[in-house]
Amino acid sequence: MSHNQPSRRSFLKVTAATGGGLLLGFSWLTSCESEKAEKARPELVMPEKWVAVNAFLKIGDNGVVTIMSPNPEIGQNVKTAMPMLVAEELDVDWKNVIVEQAGLDTDNYERQLAGGSQSIRHGWEPLRKAGATARYMLLQAAAQQLDVDAGSLRTENGMIFHDGSDRKLGYGEVASLAATLPLPEEVTLKDPADFKIIGHATKNVDARKITTGQPLFGLDLQREGMKYAAIVHPPAFGLKLKSVDDSAVRGLPGIHDVVTIDAAPEGVEMQWSDVNAFPQLVAVIGDNTWRVLQAKKKLKIEWEQTSPLESTADQLENLRLTLQEGKAEEARRDGNPEAAFARAATIIDRTYSAPFLPHNTMEPMNFFADVWEDRAELVGPIQTPEFLRKTVSALLDMPEANIDIMMTRMGGGFGRRLYGNFGVEAALISKAAGVPVKLVYSREDDMTQGTYRPEYLVRYRAGLDEEGRLIAFHVRGTGAGESPVFANRYPAGTVENYLAENISTESNVSTGAWRAPRSNFIAGAEQAFLDEVAEAAGKDPIEFRLELFDRAIKDPVGEENDYDPERYAGVLKLVRDKSGWKTGEDQRGVAAYYCHNSYVAQVLEARLDAGEPRVNEVHCAVDCGIVVNPEGAHNQIEGGIIDGVGHALFGAVTFTDGKPDQQNFDTYRLIRHIEAPRAIHTHFVENNIDPTGLGEPSLPPVIGALANAIYRVTGERVYDQPFVQRRELRG
Amino acid sequence: MATFNLTVNGQPRSVEAEPEMPLLWVLRDELGLVGTKYGCGIGACGACTVHLDGAAIRSCSLPVSQVGEQPVTTIEGLSADGDHPVQLAWLEHDVPQCGYCQAGQIMSAAALLDGIPNPDEAEISAGMSGNICRCGTYTRIHAAVKSAAEKLS
Ligand code: FES
Ligand code: FES
Repeated sequence: MSHNQPSRRSFLKVTAATGGGLLLGFSWLTSCESEKAEKARPELVMPEKWVAVNAFLKIGDNGVVTIMSPNPEIGQNVKTAMPMLVAEELDVDWKNVIVEQAGLDTDNYERQLAGGSQSIRHGWEPLRKAGATARYMLLQAAAQQLDVDAGSLRTENGMIFHDGSDRKLGYGEVASLAATLPLPEEVTLKDPADFKIIGHATKNVDARKITTGQPLFGLDLQREGMKYAAIVHPPAFGLKLKSVDDSAVRGLPGIHDVVTIDAAPEGVEMQWSDVNAFPQLVAVIGDNTWRVLQAKKKLKIEWEQTSPLESTADQLENLRLTLQEGKAEEARRDGNPEAAFARAATIIDRTYSAPFLPHNTMEPMNFFADVWEDRAELVGPIQTPEFLRKTVSALLDMPEANIDIMMTRMGGGFGRRLYGNFGVEAALISKAAGVPVKLVYSREDDMTQGTYRPEYLVRYRAGLDEEGRLIAFHVRGTGAGESPVFANRYPAGTVENYLAENISTESNVSTGAWRAPRSNFIAGAEQAFLDEVAEAAGKDPIEFRLELFDRAIKDPVGEENDYDPERYAGVLKLVRDKSGWKTGEDQRGVAAYYCHNSYVAQVLEARLDAGEPRVNEVHCAVDCGIVVNPEGAHNQIEGGIIDGVGHALFGAVTFTDGKPDQQNFDTYRLIRHIEAPRAIHTHFVENNIDPTGLGEPSLPPVIGALANAIYRVTGERVYDQPFVQRRELRG
Repeated sequence: MATFNLTVNGQPRSVEAEPEMPLLWVLRDELGLVGTKYGCGIGACGACTVHLDGAAIRSCSLPVSQVGEQPVTTIEGLSADGDHPVQLAWLEHDVPQCGYCQAGQIMSAAALLDGIPNPDEAEISAGMSGNICRCGTYTRIHAAVKSAAEKLS
C-alpha cells in the first residue's frame, strides 16, 4: 500500500462541499454508513440525495432521515437513545430514521465521551435543540415555498401541513432550501406531555446487524493491505522491558516485522486517559491474528525490575497498615464524633474489602491505525476519542487536525476504554512498521495489562444511644491509589456526629475507573453495614433508613449533602411496596444508593445452591427522571444487577510476585447464565425531571442487597469480596 | 501450510493455512467472516461458537485440519435473511447490550433447540452456560430462547 494518495480527510471535505447545503462546514466522516443500512433494513427505500441540515441530521429527498449519534456506544445503548432525542423534536417517524455513528468531530459536537452515565444527561438539551432547530428551518423553508406564514404550518411525522389550504410538503421536499436558511436564535422545545418517541420502548438500532453477524466492532475491521499486530507486555507489575531477541520470529511464515515502541517517552505531554503500566512494548506484525499471537511466544525477552513485585498478601497488609496507621485526610466532620462515640450505648465496628478487578470487556482491546507521514487515521473502540487524539498528536508530533478518529461499536466498555493506550500503541506500531495495522490483544494480554478497579478496604463505625438512635458515624477508607469514600453521600446529613476520612495506599498495579467507580465497592459496604446497624438498633432495615432520610428531609445536618433525600426515600418506598417487603424477611436483603445522578433501591432474594449463594429474584426501583427509552433502560438496569452480583460473588484478580494469577476465563470466574438471577423486576419512578444516566447506577447497591440477603439465608455476614471465592483467593 | 477445502455457509471455500490454525481465525482473517467472535481462545467463553455439521462447537479450539468434509455454519449463514426463529426472538426481546457475545449465544441457542426442541428452564440454563455475556443479558437470553422454542414447536 503506497502512502502518497490524497489525504482521506481532504477527500471527504471535497465530497461534502459538492454535496450541497452544507453551511456548517463539517464532514460526514462515515457517509457510507447510511447506504450500508440498506442491507439491514430492506424495507427502507434509500433516497437519491441527502441534505445535511445541521451536524446532527441529514434528510433524504424521500423523507428518510439520518441522525448522527455523537457519543461512543459501549453497550449502554446511547446509539439508540441519543438519536431518539433529536427525532422527537424534529418530529419524524422513527421508522424512517437511520442512525449513524459520528466520528470524532470537536467542531460540531461536545463531549464525545462515554463515561459516568452522563451522555443522556448532557445530551438532553443540545440534542433536542438540534432536532428543534432543524424543524424550525424546515418550517421556514416550507413557508417560503408555500408563500404562507410559518405560524400557520404544523408538522407531523416528517410532513408539514398547511391546514388552511389543505396543502402538505414532506421534509425531503424542503430540506435543500432549509439548509440555506439562517439558524434561529432560539427554539421552543416540546412539553414532555407531547412526546411521541421519548418514553416509548425502542429497539436497539444495531440489533439486526448484531444478530446477523455484520461487522460492527473494532475487532471486525478489515482494510486492504492491513496487517495484524500483537504486543508483549511485561508479565508482572514492577517489571519493564530490557532487551528483545526476535531472531526466532523474523522470517516465520506470515510474519512481517517485529518492532519495539515506547508509548510514554519523556518530555511528551500525556492526558489523564494515559494510564499505562507498560508503555514499552514489543509488537509482532503479520498477516493473521493467530500467526502473530503464536509468533510472539517465540520472542526471547529480558525484563528488568523497577519496583517491588507485590503479591496479594503484601497488598492486603499494605491496605491494613494504611487504614490503621496512615495519616488520613479529614473529608467531612459534623458535630463531635469522638464525644458521641464515647457516650454511645452500642458501637458497631466493621471492616469491608474488595479485590482488584479487570474490566474483561468481551471484546478485547484492539485498534486500527494507519499512520502516514503527515496524517493518521485511527478506527476502533474508544470511550475517549478526543483524548486519544491529543496523545497521538503529541507522540507523532502531528497536528490534531491531521488525525481522524472513528469510533466503532464497542464490545463492552465498563470504563476500560476510557484509557486509550491500545489506540496509542496501534498508532506507534503502524508508524514503526510503515503499514496499516490492527492491533489485537489476546485475552491474556487484556486481563493482565492492569488499569484495574482498585482493591479497597473500608472501616465503618456507628454509635447508637440507649434508644437505638444513630448518634455517631465514622467511615475511613483506603484503596490502591485512591480512597473509595464519598464524604457527602448518605448517611452524611442524617447523623449529628459524623466523620469521613480518606487515605490512599500505594501500589504499582495500575488502576482506573471501572463501572461506577468507587461506588461499585463503597455502596455495598455501606449498605451491608447499615443493615447491621439497623439490626443492632432493633429496627426493620427499610424503616431504619427511612427514619434517617426523614431527618435529612426535615432538618439536614451540614450543607453539602450530595443527594435529594425525598427522591432517595422515594425509591426505597417504591421497592418496599412493589416487592411486598415484610419485616423479618428470611431470604431477602435490601439496599439503596444514589450515584451518577440516579436513585436506585433493590430488594434481592437469595438461596444456597450447593453451598454457594445464588439470586432468585430482584426488585429494583429507579428514579432517573424521564426514562428516554424504557426498553434500553430496563436492559441497563438488568445488566448492572447481573454484573454487580457476578463480580461480588466471583470477581478477583490476585497476584504472585507482581504477576496476575488469573489470565483467562478458565481461572477468572465471570457469572454465567445458570448463576444469574432468575427474574429482575424494574420499577421506574414516573416524573418529568430531566433524565439522568443508567449505565452504572443499578450495580453498586445490588452488592449490598446481596450481602444482606446472604446473611438472612446463612446467618453469616460477608465482609470480603468476592463472597464465594474469598477463602481460596484471599487467605 | 496446506490447502483446505471447506464448506462454509453452503459455499465451497478454499484456504491456505497451517493445519493447526483454529477455524476461528480461518473464518475471520482468511475468509473475512468476522461475525464469529474472539473472546478467550481457550474454549471458555463461547463467543466463537459455530455449527460443525449442525453441532455447536468452539471454533477457537478446533484446528482447521479437523474440519474435513463437515459443513461449517456461522452466524452469517444461520439464515438467509436473519429470520431464524432464534434471531427473531433476539430482536423481539431486544437482547443485546454491547452485542459482542450475541453471535455465539445465538449459535448456541439454535443448536440447543435443534437437540431439545422444548427445553425446560434448567435445560436452557445448562445449555447456555458455556456462553459468557459480560454485559449480563442472561435474563433476556433466557426469555428469548423460550420464545424461540415456542415458535419452533
Ligand atoms: S473464543 Fe472460543 S470459547 Fe472463547
Ligand atoms: S451483550 Fe455485551 S457481552 Fe453480551
